[in-house]
Amino acid sequence: MTATALVALNVFRESVRDKVLYNLVVFAVLLIAASYLLGQLTAGQDIKIIKDLGLAAISAFGLAIAVFIGIGLVWKEVEKRSIYSLLSKPISRPQLVLGKYAGILLTLLVNVAVMTAAFYCVLAYMYWMSSPEARAAWLVPAVDPRMLQAVLLIGIELALVTAIALFFSTFSSPFLSTLLTLGLWVIGQFNADFRELGTLLESPAAGWVGRILYYVLPNFAGFDIKAQVVSGTPVSAAYVALMTLYGSVYVALVLVAAVAIFSRRDFK
Amino acid sequence: MEAIRTEALTKHYKVGFWRPRPYLALDSLSLRVNQGEVFGFLGPNGAGKTTTLKLLMQLIYPTSGQAEILGRPVGDPEVRRLIGYLPENPYFYDYLTAEELLEYFAGLFGYEKSDRRSRASRLLDEVGIGAERRLQLRKFSKGMLQRVGIAQALVNDPSVVFFDEPMSGLDPLGRRAIRELILSLRDRGCTVFFSSHVLSDAEALCSRVAILAAGRLVAEGPLSELLAFRVRGWELVVGGLTAAALERVKQGGRVAQATPLGAERFALQLTLATPPEQIVTELVQHGAQIVSLNPIRDTLEDLFVRRVTDAPMARGLDLEAVPSADRPVRS
Repeated sequence: MTATALVALNVFRESVRDKVLYNLVVFAVLLIAASYLLGQLTAGQDIKIIKDLGLAAISAFGLAIAVFIGIGLVWKEVEKRSIYSLLSKPISRPQLVLGKYAGILLTLLVNVAVMTAAFYCVLAYMYWMSSPEARAAWLVPAVDPRMLQAVLLIGIELALVTAIALFFSTFSSPFLSTLLTLGLWVIGQFNADFRELGTLLESPAAGWVGRILYYVLPNFAGFDIKAQVVSGTPVSAAYVALMTLYGSVYVALVLVAAVAIFSRRDFK
Repeated sequence: MEAIRTEALTKHYKVGFWRPRPYLALDSLSLRVNQGEVFGFLGPNGAGKTTTLKLLMQLIYPTSGQAEILGRPVGDPEVRRLIGYLPENPYFYDYLTAEELLEYFAGLFGYEKSDRRSRASRLLDEVGIGAERRLQLRKFSKGMLQRVGIAQALVNDPSVVFFDEPMSGLDPLGRRAIRELILSLRDRGCTVFFSSHVLSDAEALCSRVAILAAGRLVAEGPLSELLAFRVRGWELVVGGLTAAALERVKQGGRVAQATPLGAERFALQLTLATPPEQIVTELVQHGAQIVSLNPIRDTLEDLFVRRVTDAPMARGLDLEAVPSADRPVRS
């Protein structure tokens, strides 16, 4: 097994032993409680609400893991000085950074996969419990495989958030890394507005700045197709593929930057 | 080929946020450590010992100078396969057990799973970790962590091992066990480079030492050479010495101290200016019997205190005096 894979498995083991996966229990309880309560509401709306809630919860729980574990990964290693023994072994600094990243991706993958499975189970249960009249009122099937498109893009978005958190943690404190990562995530939700900056301010210079920001900052809003899949609006496979490619390239660039900074650092 | 060689190894840090000033942590350290020897790297706290070890481990990068381990530059990835390192006050992943930690580190060297297990088990036996090996490290005391730290440094049967304050946190039994371990490593042909400010450890274990003070090498060489030729006086033990005879030899300030050891038996400390032959002749004439005559030599502690207190302490660098080239200059 390569050094990178060993580091990744160790990060996953850390997540399991630090009880990170307990969030899955919270997720399951939330969905089951919500489905029970929504059962009392108007037929036709309950399934839509549970879909909205489920996808939003997968995204929010994943985001919390990506940010709060991502920012601590490298920082904790340096702060607690466990890196001293580790780097005296045959492992390079890039391998360490990539291993840490792969480890948290594995944690996220398990999380998202289990949450998605639980989500579909709840939807299947609601379908089974509903009357034929209630089912007829649904505009979109309850157990709709197209929701997997939204889950895939949530996964890509989480991979990018993790890479950004890891990047900041290679040189700053957890508090600052959290602020910067969440700040970028929030800005990334309104990224498209930067393109209109020149028109809004009626200034060619602002237009240039806006366009640069639009292309440089991550476009997180582009990964959000939850509303479309829940309402049954088709999302093309080409768009999903394009966003997957965009996310992957962005992740690669952020990781290259993280490795470059980490490789030059002095661990005083 | 030397086990370790450094050539004018220098490190200065920038300190201060608004107006960063360079701080000289290590100044032109040139060292040679032979293969198979136990080398003591001594110095008071803050002398630059840990900085040197971190430079050798590539945890920090030098401002200037070079370092080699077993003839290869320290940046060569192959070097990592040949060395072991115990950091000062080591910390490991506290969610792992001692066994898991060692198996994880052994995995980084590419050993097979069964080999990892047997190595972990053998080394934990060697450092005296028993059934606790299956407990998470968060439940370990400082001394036990130190033992695990030593075990992980040996997981690859290294040719050169670096110990930063290996006795730190150990009880007397633990210290003794680690001393024996270091000597057994030497007997197996392993080079041991250890930093310490506990001089008795160095005196008991090292064939050669280097003393560092304020980032600068102030003494280096075989312990026997550093201490052998500096005689501070003589200790003469005599029996059958009467009070009158004692008074006579004490005349002229020739005896610095006379310590009674029993009936008419004394230990006399003679000053360096007094030829011991002269006193011995006089004592024999007065009917005393000579039991022993030994030179009083410097201990490592004396040498250490003298060299360290003589060393200049200024470590800040004059920014104006630092040329664009890397070589720092003391202010």
